[in-house]
Amino acid sequence: MTHPFEIAIRFENVCYKKGDLHILNQVSGVFYKGKITTIVGPSGAGKSTVLKMCNGLLSPTSGEIYIDGKNINEYLPTTLRKHVGIALQNAPLIRGTVYDNLSLPMTLQNKTLLEDEAVSILEDVGLNPKLLYRDSHDLSGGQKQKVSIARTLINKPKILLLDEITSSLDPTSTHEIEQLILKINEKYNVTMIWITHNLEQAIQIGNYTWVMMSGKLIESGESSLLHDSSNIKIQQFVDGGRY
Amino acid sequence: MTYTSLALTLSFVLIPLVLSKALKLDLEKDTIIATVRSIIQLFIVGYFLKFVFDSESYTYIILMVIVMITIATLNARKKGKNIKGITWKIGLTLTVIELVTQGILLGFQIIPPIAQYIIPISGMLIGNSMVLSILFLNRFTAEIEANVDLTELILSLGGTPKQAIHNQLLQAIKASVIPTIESQKTIGLVQLPGMMSGQIIGGADPVQAVQFQLLILFALLTTATLSSILIGFLSYPTLFNERMQFVNEDLSQK
Repeated sequence: MTHPFEIAIRFENVCYKKGDLHILNQVSGVFYKGKITTIVGPSGAGKSTVLKMCNGLLSPTSGEIYIDGKNINEYLPTTLRKHVGIALQNAPLIRGTVYDNLSLPMTLQNKTLLEDEAVSILEDVGLNPKLLYRDSHDLSGGQKQKVSIARTLINKPKILLLDEITSSLDPTSTHEIEQLILKINEKYNVTMIWITHNLEQAIQIGNYTWVMMSGKLIESGESSLLHDSSNIKIQQFVDGGRY
Repeated sequence: MTYTSLALTLSFVLIPLVLSKALKLDLEKDTIIATVRSIIQLFIVGYFLKFVFDSESYTYIILMVIVMITIATLNARKKGKNIKGITWKIGLTLTVIELVTQGILLGFQIIPPIAQYIIPISGMLIGNSMVLSILFLNRFTAEIEANVDLTELILSLGGTPKQAIHNQLLQAIKASVIPTIESQKTIGLVQLPGMMSGQIIGGADPVQAVQFQLLILFALLTTATLSSILIGFLSYPTLFNERMQFVNEDLSQK
């Protein structure tokens, strides 16, 4: 089947084993450029492993991954990770101020983040610039997650991976983050891959979705498949609601 | 000291044996094993040292130092057995420490190049370095395990393995060196150091004993800092693979 969109990431028969455990089993699929693809599925389905592989934190035991048409192993790990940013589930922040956190990607490259740039990125993610020199541990959960996303954006990634970034947030913060992700996607044309347990979120925010179970990609396609799929496993999963 | 006097010192073993029996502490067997082992081990060392001192042969001195480094390495490696190649890393560290400290002591003619000085001082410095290595490895693995998120975060933002592990490495180095520095601040105020006490009991001039004790203390500062830094910088690269991925997430679980 031909598709109108360019492919940002392609998985070809990707397997990942840890000891005797098959965490990913023959996963083949694509993520389209500039689109938001959600990954849904029960716990232990291998969703986070897929994200870590896209960012190069893990490598497949077998199979190939292509980023923008180039085999992932041809990228320098540091270059790849700046190109493919990841915002982790618990938004780990380093000790220090919001500025210290935002400037971390630059510090790692022995560069300095200008205050104006830091303020601009804070405004971009909907945070008050007055928070710039606030101790990062005094922030609320939603604010921490926004700082974490802003920090990832400092590297100007073309692909952004989001690992359950709203799972521990209240409904208001969740809504704010959803709007933020849509805004970033639109403004910077960033390809997004978003793991979520919230199926409504997947349908509303995502253009496409991957449904994963027990290390396998059960089905992928437009987000509407979560309603329309004839696959009994997916129907049961959706009917079961939150996992 | 006569052998009769030495036999009488066994009273110090009898007291804990009786108390252990009376209070049902169940420590009698271990106490007896510890006593017998210390008698045998120390007498073997004593007679061997006498032989080495009398022979005045550098071959025996070098052999003795190699034995010390080997035993210390085998002892310390247990704490870092999940770090690839830890045995040779500790062995190399202890060898460098021995070469640096003896290089300074002999090079500047601070001590004469004879077994009577080289062997006991080597023993103290290698022994201390072994303890420091164990302290360092304990703290380093704990720091790594407690900061997996931070390590992954820095890698995920495009940082190198060295940047990802930098803070944990420094924390572990500091934590293992600080006790040596702190203990030196109060030395002599509460208890006299073992070597100095031994020399004074042996009839040495107390000021002379202090001079040797200071020599050891200063050398210990070098061994403390060098051993943790060397093991740290030799160990951290094995926690990552060639794709700059963190491969030792479960150090204590293997």
